[in-house]
Amino acid sequence: MQNPFRDEAAAFRALLVTIGAFALIAIGSWINAWIGLAVFIAETGAAIAFYLHARGERLPQTHVERHGAADERHILVIANETVGGEELLRLVRDRSEGVREEVLVVCPALNSPLKTWTSDEDGARAAAQARLDVSLGRLTAAGIHVRGEVGDGDPVQAVDDALRTFGADEIVISTHPAGRSNWLERGVVQAVRERFDVPVTHVIVDLEKAERGS
Amino acid sequence: MFLFIASEAMLFGSFFTAYFFVRVVNPTADAWPPDPFELPVFVAGVNTVILVTSSFTMHWAAQSIRRGNRAGLKAGLVLTILLGLAFLLTQAIEYAHVGLNTGDRAFGSVFFGLTGLHGGHVFIGLSLLVFSAIRSFRGHFSPEHYHGVEISGIYWHFVDIMWIVVYTSIYLL
Repeated sequence: MQNPFRDEAAAFRALLVTIGAFALIAIGSWINAWIGLAVFIAETGAAIAFYLHARGERLPQTHVERHGAADERHILVIANETVGGEELLRLVRDRSEGVREEVLVVCPALNSPLKTWTSDEDGARAAAQARLDVSLGRLTAAGIHVRGEVGDGDPVQAVDDALRTFGADEIVISTHPAGRSNWLERGVVQAVRERFDVPVTHVIVDLEKAERGS
Repeated sequence: MFLFIASEAMLFGSFFTAYFFVRVVNPTADAWPPDPFELPVFVAGVNTVILVTSSFTMHWAAQSIRRGNRAGLKAGLVLTILLGLAFLLTQAIEYAHVGLNTGDRAFGSVFFGLTGLHGGHVFIGLSLLVFSAIRSFRGHFSPEHYHGVEISGIYWHFVDIMWIVVYTSIYLL
């Protein structure tokens, strides 16, 4: 279900729907108060049914406009705790070989639902920024043209936000292995694949294995 | 923005709760507004048309800047501001002639509380629109960057939606 106030045009449509709905209630009440009440109940029922139907609806796929020269390769990397993982860094280095690469690393500021609703995001953003700085340092040291930013706590929203200014040729999503990854459990990789018409590569970073090895 | 709109809707919801409570517990429920009060339904209806029209001009302004039409943006914003001012002026005149005051029983309180709350929101919306208009005349906004117009537009449509509910509840039902 899309937010009826997501933009000006949607809010205008919501106004037109409201006018229609209340005009019917007013007409019903003018004929008879009970008819007005019946119209109100019917409209409320219809609104609930529409909400329940639309809640499970998938959003249409978004076309991503490519920016930059033809010989440039724009790679959007989405990673949080695994942002400094060796597997991810290796893949970005491989993808950047032999092309003029432009890499944007987005680190979603993961937060608890309560803190998100109370706008207490400072800690989450600071932690995400610290992880991002480490990753950017390693990629820059490898000679990769990279920049980074902290994104929305919702990874799909973070991808959406980033693609508005960064026309990616490829999206790389880095997660923990299955069973330990909250993103995999929530179907983030699949959601991004369905939502955007850009190839998506999924990298699994096993930080525990890396720690045991070192 | 959604959370802000949701909080505003809840604020209006509390006022509507007070209004419907007063209406339900009114001992002469068949006669509403209670005697001897009478509301100017026609004048408020004209005011409703003015406010709804202002939403169309607002939508025109937002659509214009999306298409790079700066003249349409400016004209749409100015018309919306003028219509909003006309709404507030008409409401002020209505207050002066309605024949009741804020202390006239619970009905007077909820009537002025609800319509006054809405009038305050119209004033805030107008302030946002004036800022957007000034910026548009200074050359701000483009088809890529028109967030200021977008936010003002969303708020303005929300205020209009609330008026439709207020008008129907207080004047028509």
